[in-house]
Amino acid sequence: MMLAFPLPRYLTPFLQAPALLALLWLLLALAGPWVAPYLPGEVVSTTVFAPISARHWLGTDYLGRDVLTRLLYGTSSTVLLCAASTVMACGAGAFLGMMAALKRGMTDTLLSRFMDGVISIPSLLSGLVAVATFGSSVPVLVLAMACIYLPGSYRTCRMLALSIVQKDFILAARMRGEKTSYLVVREILPNMAGPVLTDVGLRFIYAVRLLSNLSFLGVGLQPPQTDLGSLTRENLLGLVYGAPAVIAPALAIAFLTVGLNLALDGKGRHQ
Amino acid sequence: MSGHSPPPLITVRNLCLTGRRATGPETTIVSNVSFDVAEGEMLALIGESGSGKTSIALALTGYARTGCRIAQGELRVAGHDVRTMGASELRSFRGKTIAYIAQNAGAAFNPALPLMEQVIEPALTHHILPRKEAVDHAIALFEMMALPTPHTIGARYPHECSGGQLQRIMAAMALITEPEVVIFDEPTTALDVTTQIEVLEAFRVAMRQCGFTGVYVTHDLAIVAQMADRAVVLKNGSVQEEGPTGQILNKPTQSYTRQLVAASQPHLRNHDALPPATPLLDVQNLMVGYGAIMPNGHPRHTIVNSVSLPVRAGETLGIIGESGCGKSTLIRAIAGIQPWSGGNMFFAGEPLPPRIEDRTPQQRQHLQLVAQNADLVLNPALSVGATLRRVLTFYNEDASDAALNRVLDMVRLPAAVAGRYPTQLSGGQKQRVNLARALAARPRLVLCDEITAALDTVVAAAILDLMMELKRELGVSWLFVTHDLHALRSVCDHVAVLYAGHCVEFSTASALNAPPRHPYTRKLESSVPEMHPGWLDGVIRQNGLKPGRVAPIPAHGCCYMPRCPVAVADCAQTPPPTWQAPSGALINCHLQAPDLS
Amino acid sequence: MNAKLGIAIARRLGASCVSLVFVVVAVFFITSALPGDVAQSLLGQAATPDAVAALRHSLRLDEPVLLRFASWAGGLLRGDFGMSLVSHQSVMSMVHERLLHSLLLAGITTLFAVPTALLLGTLSAIFRNTVFDRCVSVLTLCVVSVPEFLVATLAVLVFAVQLHLLPALASISDIHSIGSFLAAFSMPVATLGCVIVGQMARMTRAVMVNVLSSSWVEMAVLKGVSPTAIILRHVLPNVVAPLFNVMALSLSYLLGGVVIVESVFHYPGIASLMVDSVASRDIPLVQTCALIFCAAYLLLTTLADVVALFSTQERSRA
Repeated sequence: MMLAFPLPRYLTPFLQAPALLALLWLLLALAGPWVAPYLPGEVVSTTVFAPISARHWLGTDYLGRDVLTRLLYGTSSTVLLCAASTVMACGAGAFLGMMAALKRGMTDTLLSRFMDGVISIPSLLSGLVAVATFGSSVPVLVLAMACIYLPGSYRTCRMLALSIVQKDFILAARMRGEKTSYLVVREILPNMAGPVLTDVGLRFIYAVRLLSNLSFLGVGLQPPQTDLGSLTRENLLGLVYGAPAVIAPALAIAFLTVGLNLALDGKGRHQ
Repeated sequence: MSGHSPPPLITVRNLCLTGRRATGPETTIVSNVSFDVAEGEMLALIGESGSGKTSIALALTGYARTGCRIAQGELRVAGHDVRTMGASELRSFRGKTIAYIAQNAGAAFNPALPLMEQVIEPALTHHILPRKEAVDHAIALFEMMALPTPHTIGARYPHECSGGQLQRIMAAMALITEPEVVIFDEPTTALDVTTQIEVLEAFRVAMRQCGFTGVYVTHDLAIVAQMADRAVVLKNGSVQEEGPTGQILNKPTQSYTRQLVAASQPHLRNHDALPPATPLLDVQNLMVGYGAIMPNGHPRHTIVNSVSLPVRAGETLGIIGESGCGKSTLIRAIAGIQPWSGGNMFFAGEPLPPRIEDRTPQQRQHLQLVAQNADLVLNPALSVGATLRRVLTFYNEDASDAALNRVLDMVRLPAAVAGRYPTQLSGGQKQRVNLARALAARPRLVLCDEITAALDTVVAAAILDLMMELKRELGVSWLFVTHDLHALRSVCDHVAVLYAGHCVEFSTASALNAPPRHPYTRKLESSVPEMHPGWLDGVIRQNGLKPGRVAPIPAHGCCYMPRCPVAVADCAQTPPPTWQAPSGALINCHLQAPDLS
Repeated sequence: MNAKLGIAIARRLGASCVSLVFVVVAVFFITSALPGDVAQSLLGQAATPDAVAALRHSLRLDEPVLLRFASWAGGLLRGDFGMSLVSHQSVMSMVHERLLHSLLLAGITTLFAVPTALLLGTLSAIFRNTVFDRCVSVLTLCVVSVPEFLVATLAVLVFAVQLHLLPALASISDIHSIGSFLAAFSMPVATLGCVIVGQMARMTRAVMVNVLSSSWVEMAVLKGVSPTAIILRHVLPNVVAPLFNVMALSLSYLLGGVVIVESVFHYPGIASLMVDSVASRDIPLVQTCALIFCAAYLLLTTLADVVALFSTQERSRA
């Protein structure tokens, strides 16, 4: 691809399919509540599980609410919640991982041992325990997911940073007497940006799965708030009628996770 | 060509190979290659990296690596039309009619199976010999290859053998089915010269006794001279020249071959007089090691053992030795990135602290390290210009575009290179940028760790030329670590020979050619293949073929004692003295000048 | 050499025990020591402060944390997991039967999933970059990307609602014949199996591709060894350890999937018990279930590591 003017190299990871797809979902999440035709809790029809119609593009749900509206709100909360927790997890993970790789020694050993311990607990279990203890509210869910995915991100970033730190160009910079901040910003970070962004994408997918599963079990987001998992759950009865009320949120989850994962996988194949 | 010669055993006509990376477009690797190999003949495929020589060799077995394919052409090997054979025909052809000896024997053996199982596998797979006879035959081959303990070595696993041993065991594996054609794919490239010669000797004996037709893939013309009857010179996947070995080496007709031959000929690049004896760097009794400190103050395992080296201002000091001799450790200790446990260093008269963090900014600036692998030294995320500019600004030098161009010009690179990224450069260009990065700091001494080892012959020769020009222009001193005796002689004023962490000989480069010499220096010298055919036969006549001995280095004696052909009783008990020969060479040996001539 | 192997195994088991202790401590402190008042939530917002205080006292929540941990951990050692806050039965008796049901489900799934996944992964590694490989890759990617409940819901939609082949709920109380056994188990097992196979096949492919692209496999091809012999003689000894690791990881993943599957199909296993106890905030029950899951995970990974030690012992004798 030839561009009219050369872009800085650190921008190139953002110009690939996975990043563009993620951006699209983020836009949808931010704009969704603004363009929704109705209010999310408003009962607008006397027919429940109504099929697709001009008035209700995706029919109505088990209470007669507009599915499109609820889907837009649900997508918004799923994407924003998961994005927030992913950003927190990966930000902290990258910081700690790089520190461990640069400092080595005791800091590295203790941190890595601890993270290995946390990572060994299946994520859905940690989620359930967290909800059982603190109740299910937005801050609890975001923080719990951030904590659950921090160790994985830490591990990835530490490995990446470690392989870069051992390269000779870091040695050359250290021999010159460069400061740690210069090493991190100019020498290490630009070389891990690509793999780290892939990792962020994967963790976002994990977070969507976890949140949807929790909500589907009824311990995730509580009404009146809604997300894609709880939308599927509350309309499960509609399955018998093949109502769009249950199929639409299920498809939305599938598009979100599978689409992003396919894009990331395709990118991995090319490299 | 005489008219009644028998039909060739191998015929290759208009061979084209293509390959693709991931989902990229298909590119041509080899185009329109044709050659013949007569029965009993050894043909060399000569080429640098990327010339397609290995791909052609593999194509002879009907095999192409993942992503590659044989696009067109005719391949006839020992009466088989390779391209029309089906999968099962190819299976009974490979290993039985044509055998392959891979470049890296360490990786080509299955780590989970004992060696004997793998060696006899071709014979069992093709139902040539019953198991028991196959084992006996393998042991006979091990004996022929002069392997130590031929009866029990087969029970070992690959990681329990050295690289030279594995390469010979792989040759035994190829020969066990008595194939008509054997392909040697750079079999000695990864080995030290002293090991290489043992392997070459073994191959030579096998060629005599088994009488196969061979294809020898290599980049080393001196080895071609020893092993091959005819040679095909390849460049970027097409044939440059073909002819008998003697003609290719002595009267090359094509410009590329001439270039290649010229680069492989040893020639003196350093014509300057020895600078006055003012030491720039003085290393005194350096000890580097690891493990607990013993009562005598030395670490339990020593890597560099009381080495003293003076480097004069404006000279090139070479350090030579085989892999594991401690030469890289020594240079890293001088660079301040390898802690040392004993000895002193002085740089320009000032003491040089062991840790880089404790050195003055001036010392750091004036002592620059150029590491072997330019791919690792250059930050792939920074452009060449950004890398060099950072060095200039860090040392408060002029960092204008003009200054940047001056630095690039110093290493003979065009100014346009500044805008490129390391991945867009060739191997030679990267190594030049690597040098430029060090030179931008205006150093007084540059430490070069095997900077030509990963480069093709022609490119490496150009880097050596550049080093000498820079020495003259800038007056920098070089500390040049290598395993290549030709390169060492060509550029160095003084030479230190390292063996097992000891400096066994220190002399001027010219004195290195003349006796008396340390027995190891002599061994090193006699192991470097020369460009004339018959050199190997001469060496075999002189040495005979004897199994390599394995003995530990004596705790108090001479480090070279276990391999020394002239060792005396004293060598096992007392450390050898260092004495000065009439040529000025300092030799670390119990024997005196008359015995070492 | 056996002594060396013994020491290595003992060290691995020791490390697992340390991890188990870590898990016990973590589970207790996360569930009982951090803020979040069980008594308040049990009685609801309308409860009087006195009632809450009384309940706190009877649950011993007013005692110091370390004392409570000591008595809880002591109980664990004696096999006493405490009393349920909601049903006032002993946790042990509630968990016992449910655990057997879950193990049955996991066992049957493993029996089907592991061979399928290994075969699928190996085949796509052998035929890598062909249409077959791409199809398997996309399918498995889809399965592992979507949340488990989606696969379960899809299974119900297709088999129970559209085709009327199978009941939507797994009633294992009235299993009398092979037919009713199949009816009860096929959907939960298929759903769970799908997810596990997807995960395991992808990891198996990665392991196999890594080995198949090694230089010694190329050498075996050039020796004329047949593909079957290459897989059985050359590849197999080298992949035992990593494949057991893959299996352990995938089966531990089964622990997460089982929670969803049991809930969707109303299968009376330990995972659905845990979800119920989370919803009712029955802390002793949550603690016990979480411990069982973590112990199962530790057991699996330890087992895989011990197998790896055994499979490499022959080579490391030198």
